[in-house]
Amino acid sequence: MNTPPMVVAVNVHKYFGSLCALKDISIDVAKGEVLCVIGPSGSGKSTFLRCINQLEKTDRGAIWIDGELAGFRRVGDALYELNDKEIARQRISIGMVFQRFNLFGHMTALENITEGPVTAQKRPRAEAVEEALALLNRVGLSAKRDAYPAQLSGGQQQRVAIARALAMRPKLMLFDEPTSALDPELVGEVLAAMRDLARSGMTMIVVTHELGFAREVASRVVFMDEGAVVESGSPREILVRPQHPRTRDFIAAVLK
Amino acid sequence: MMPNSRSTDSRPDPRRPEFSIAHLRHVPRRFYRRWAAAGLILAVFGFVAHAFATGQIEWDVVAKFFTATAIMEGLVNTVIMTVLAMILGIFLGVVFAIMFMSPNPVLKTVACFYIWFFRGTPLLLQLLLWFNLALVFPMIGIPGLFEYRTVAVITPFMATLLGLGINQGAYTAEVVRSGILSVDIGQTEAAKAIGMTRLTTLRRIVLPQAMRVIIPPVGNEVISMVKLTSMASVIQYAEILRNAQSIYYANARVIELLIVAALWYLIVVTALSVGQYFLEKHFAKGVGGARNRPRPVERSL
Repeated sequence: MNTPPMVVAVNVHKYFGSLCALKDISIDVAKGEVLCVIGPSGSGKSTFLRCINQLEKTDRGAIWIDGELAGFRRVGDALYELNDKEIARQRISIGMVFQRFNLFGHMTALENITEGPVTAQKRPRAEAVEEALALLNRVGLSAKRDAYPAQLSGGQQQRVAIARALAMRPKLMLFDEPTSALDPELVGEVLAAMRDLARSGMTMIVVTHELGFAREVASRVVFMDEGAVVESGSPREILVRPQHPRTRDFIAAVLK
Repeated sequence: MMPNSRSTDSRPDPRRPEFSIAHLRHVPRRFYRRWAAAGLILAVFGFVAHAFATGQIEWDVVAKFFTATAIMEGLVNTVIMTVLAMILGIFLGVVFAIMFMSPNPVLKTVACFYIWFFRGTPLLLQLLLWFNLALVFPMIGIPGLFEYRTVAVITPFMATLLGLGINQGAYTAEVVRSGILSVDIGQTEAAKAIGMTRLTTLRRIVLPQAMRVIIPPVGNEVISMVKLTSMASVIQYAEILRNAQSIYYANARVIELLIVAALWYLIVVTALSVGQYFLEKHFAKGVGGARNRPRPVERSL
């Protein structure tokens, strides 16, 4: 427990105009932990995830990733916004998987995976290709290396997206409702890939509606509603014996 | 059990006489009015063709001047100017589209002004302004470092290139901007998430996918540019129309030489259309199906 946490969020606030999307969020995620964030749509869980890799800028509060302040540099009493290049460098160590996959449409599965290592990390192409092939194998898609995203099923696209994120050798993986856009019969293959990843010791934050997955894989579950953390605890505490009535209502509604 | 037996029962009995027509021949629909329309159009076309064939046109003069040296030189100049002006236009278009969409308000304002000015004034006027730049600035350059007489720098060629290219850039900027907007925001977010900077994202992810949307209108503008070069005849650039005019000022065969020029414009434009087809095919990579691009070859079969 002496190692510093992977993510420390302190008093994070986010406003969209007058709408307060995140109200005073404070969450720690230890290294190797799998944190599942659940809650109704519009509860701010995706926004929180996007704040972690700075796709959204926090309006108040701060987030540290592996001890490094995200998006800002502290000088004396002020936080100075980092420039485009510095933010891009910070994002390299954070992998992100999107609800709608967002594979690059003009690139094959293999090119999607090598793009980050070659373009953003300036690693030699041969090495990136070798590693990408290993990752494709790991997500069970070796045969699809030359397929374009439009030729893949949703589940296959999402597994390529996971491989693309892993190719950056991230220390933290963010999943933004990774199975919500999938046909029901394709959800299992993506969850299986995520389960393997969790077992390998990756630190993960997963926004999901898959309560079964949360119960099985999560080390901790956070329930959010209306931009705030309502309660958090072990999967058993939150999913089986929730304390707060709003959590109880939500879980009952999802399971129905 | 039940639905099965019911559906078997409800099948028509082929032995009943009104259902025993499966052996009859199918005759496709006949389009009598289409044939009538085609006949009418052919008649009109024949009338017009006859009128031109028997009109005051010396077709052997057309044939004689079709490959005349001055016409060939004009053709080369037209093609060179089209290529160079489009290269300048596309370069400026991409730069100003990116500036227009930049979060930097200074760049955005500059791009906005550029598009406003060059789209807001007539091309002919811009050509005349460039050509007469020496009236405003007798010398151009950086004082003390190097200076040239403006009349020596702004030749008809330079004035045409600047006039057409810079004007084209203002239009192409809007085309490129619409192309960039057509690419899903998720592509940009995914690129950011793997550590790309804004410009790398544009270059590697957004622009290649925007090309699919950008190329059809830019192809349209290349074709338009072939013909716009004829405007440079007013500032003495020796393109094909100006050279055709020089010839008919001497021999008074006005219509014949205009027909020669028209035929060459048609030939160049047709060649470019074929090139556009292959370019679109290249950038349709990763987009399943052939729905999104014209297939002139297949369609004409």
